[in-house]
Amino acid sequence: MKDDHVKPKTVYYFGTCLMDMFYPEAGMAGIKLIQREGVQVIFPRQQTCCGQPAYNSGFPREARKVALMQMQLFPKQYPIVVPSGSCAGMMKHHYPLLFKNDTRLDTVQQFSNRIVELSEFLVRVLKIKLKDRGSPIKVTWHSSCHALREMRVVEDSKSLVRQLQNVELVELQNEKECCGFGGTFAVKQPAISGAMVSDKIEDVTQTGATRLITGDCGCLMNIGGAMEYQNAPIRGQHLAEFLWERLNGK
Amino acid sequence: MSNRSRDRIFSRLQAAGKPASSASAATPGLPFEALGLDERVDKLRGLMEAVRTEIHVVEATNWIESLKGILRKREIKTLLYAPDTAIGDALTKQWSADDGSDRLPELVVYEGAIEEFKDRLFQIDAAITSTQGGIAETGAIILWPDRKEPRLMSLVPPIHIAVLAAEKIYTTFSEAIITENWPDKMPTNVVLISGPSKTADIELTLAFGVHGPKELIVFILKN
Amino acid sequence: MANDIEFDFRQNVSRALKDKQLRKNFKFAMGNFILKRKQIFSDDRETEQLRTIGSAIKVRALTRLPLLLEQLEARCTHNGIQVHWAETTAEANQQVLRIMNTHRATRLVKGKSMVSEEMGLNEFLQENGIEAIETDLGEFIIQLNAEKPSHIIVPAIHKNKEQIARIFHEKIPDTPYTENVEALNAIARKTLRQKFFKAQVGLSGVNFAVAETGTLCLVENEGNGRMCTTLPPVHIAVMGLEKVVEKLADLPPLLRLLTGSATGQLITTYVNMITSPRKGSEKDGPREVHLVILDNGRSEILADPQLRQTLHCIRCGTCLNHCPVYTRIGGHAYGFVYPGPIGMILNPQVEGLKKAGVLATASSLCEACAEVCPVKIPIPQLLRRLRNESYSSDTFCTVKECGYQRNLIDSLAWKGWEFMNTHPRINAVGQKIMGILGPRVPPLGPLKQWTRYRALPKFAGKSLHQLVEEQGVENE
Repeated sequence: MKDDHVKPKTVYYFGTCLMDMFYPEAGMAGIKLIQREGVQVIFPRQQTCCGQPAYNSGFPREARKVALMQMQLFPKQYPIVVPSGSCAGMMKHHYPLLFKNDTRLDTVQQFSNRIVELSEFLVRVLKIKLKDRGSPIKVTWHSSCHALREMRVVEDSKSLVRQLQNVELVELQNEKECCGFGGTFAVKQPAISGAMVSDKIEDVTQTGATRLITGDCGCLMNIGGAMEYQNAPIRGQHLAEFLWERLNGK
Repeated sequence: MSNRSRDRIFSRLQAAGKPASSASAATPGLPFEALGLDERVDKLRGLMEAVRTEIHVVEATNWIESLKGILRKREIKTLLYAPDTAIGDALTKQWSADDGSDRLPELVVYEGAIEEFKDRLFQIDAAITSTQGGIAETGAIILWPDRKEPRLMSLVPPIHIAVLAAEKIYTTFSEAIITENWPDKMPTNVVLISGPSKTADIELTLAFGVHGPKELIVFILKN
Repeated sequence: MANDIEFDFRQNVSRALKDKQLRKNFKFAMGNFILKRKQIFSDDRETEQLRTIGSAIKVRALTRLPLLLEQLEARCTHNGIQVHWAETTAEANQQVLRIMNTHRATRLVKGKSMVSEEMGLNEFLQENGIEAIETDLGEFIIQLNAEKPSHIIVPAIHKNKEQIARIFHEKIPDTPYTENVEALNAIARKTLRQKFFKAQVGLSGVNFAVAETGTLCLVENEGNGRMCTTLPPVHIAVMGLEKVVEKLADLPPLLRLLTGSATGQLITTYVNMITSPRKGSEKDGPREVHLVILDNGRSEILADPQLRQTLHCIRCGTCLNHCPVYTRIGGHAYGFVYPGPIGMILNPQVEGLKKAGVLATASSLCEACAEVCPVKIPIPQLLRRLRNESYSSDTFCTVKECGYQRNLIDSLAWKGWEFMNTHPRINAVGQKIMGILGPRVPPLGPLKQWTRYRALPKFAGKSLHQLVEEQGVENE
């Protein structure tokens, strides 16, 4: 984002396909957190998916078609806020690579320049202040690989959690280790993925937290799903939904 | 035949063509701040001692007394040295000036080539060599073995003693290469040594004295 | 070629994951390496500068590769080093054998060399009546146990000290069982010292070959490398052709990156720089030095501007150390010479996608490797490229056996995915249907794999699209 610290009047919101299907409340929470600061949010109704699944699986042509479709839906020069490190990373860093030899590269680059991940936007641009109205709780945080290494927004995310007075944030021993989702990796190499997520759950369990917070729905689906499978007494939740809950004393 | 293979390899390499952007002529090095003499000595000492090198910082005039003490204490019987070097010459003089009651090791010369000397070499207790210089940033001495101080002197005997002039310690390896213009004069062999030999191949547990010397003793001579 | 046995990755993975001791050994070791690297590269800004320098040096070298190799050959020859060229590993093996036979040598002492693993040199020499003795402690241990290395830097990392104690006790004559590390090292030192003393020929790899001066640069901690390259009358060095660098001044940053990344050291015990055989009145050193330069697919990799980045690799092993997949399955599971992330991009290019392409799927693209690679190889990006090549059609196909995975089901599935995601209204209907049917769909194919370890996610009653519509969020 060019003008990092200038608060815009309007932003676009890219909800991501996983949020659309499985975690819409979290998607809405993200929107409300922005609206709360007096910023108008536009959600183009025709959006679907950033294209990452095909891009990572060896089908770049299909990914390009889907990517082009998305880009057309965000024509105005507003920032595009994305509540996911991996989708934001895809659109910000990988779209230019996907269109490297394409004549439309400039247009793509201009789109990519406007992408900003939700935590980054809330902390560095909106500088939101959170008042915790929830009861005391112990949580732990998982860094999605793309939030960590591509978008570099993990400190922003954690700073939001740390603002909450009644929330105790206990860190994982191997916070930066991949949870094993990797999109189609989870079903193409299930044994390895299973081993990775099991280790992640062991790490989560030893923190004594009752909630696992993360900024990526892929990780959430993976770790949350595995915790449910193992009957672990911990619930996974997206950061946006968690913050909104705490603000409203749920 | 190697030549036909060579031709085929090169034709493929040349066909690989030039990439779109040609790389710059030289790569700028990492900026470094040249340290003062005392800082260089301290840095080198700290780093080498951390990997079990025994370091003695002594005045240039009386290092041999210090050496004698060490040799006696360890009951070294044979010390391999090079009489036609500056330190070798000094040792010869000091040994002959000694009254002989003092249990000093026998000074041994690398006689003949390795083919003749091998058996003896493998029985030597300790060897002493000069050094080309040192590197403070990584903690290492630089050896340029030659016909006077052959390569195996600093490898086979279980104790290697090295004599280093403090002012020949460079801040960085790059500095040494550039200052002395190594590209124009590379000898048969150059070796950097940072400590006694070691390994961590078994459960990453560090153990010293594998195939190279078990002990490295360095005398840093000041002025 | 080093690996003729049937490669069943799935089986390898399964076996590795079930091996609790293996997983424990690797978890411990890799955790250690990660910490060591962090300690030695504690200044982020300086580390980043260093990586940029390292990458630039390699880019410059690869840009001029044929020229630099010619220069290297000329300088080496001028200095008295005999240079041999090998297109294939078979040729390289023959060259080594020819040198051994010329000297009627039946014993070879070896320093650690991944290229010699690539060549399958030990087995080849054994077939020809020559004993090749590994002298690097890790290699020595696994040679006793007839195993292959499981890591580029620490070949026996998959073994703990109890396992090593047992190997020494059973395989070295007159050796008591001891788990004491100092004692185990002393046994190795004593045994190998004999071998060094009697060695007729020594073999080593090459960490960097400097074209400017014709110098072979080798790093090590134990001293066995110096033994192999100094004591025997003949020294044979084997290297991949991508190991050449332009100038002597290129060495300090590369060495700093290599030792820091590989073992968390500022410098190894020894940095050994060899420019010629024994000269004139020198008293020791080999009388003959040979340099065998191996291609084995590298010149083809060079041809592709993106994939040539594979050749930046300085074999530090840090990508292995940081890889969550490698940590869990260990080196042997990869089935080919090079394990870990570098293996995942190198092996398929050298062996062909049909044989080794499966390795490129065994990554979650977490980027932990790319973050630490000292020469900035964009491994995840190259993995995506190999995945593209696995399915690609004729218009875009460079790697050996590309398109091997092309099949109707995958093509249709992804075309279907594309259709749904470019037709939002139909997509919305589809989601609604999945929401209703979802729990009733029998777990087949990918769903089955998912549900082996996880509960299925539940389709929300109302999608985000519906919620934003309901709550009046603007559309335009």
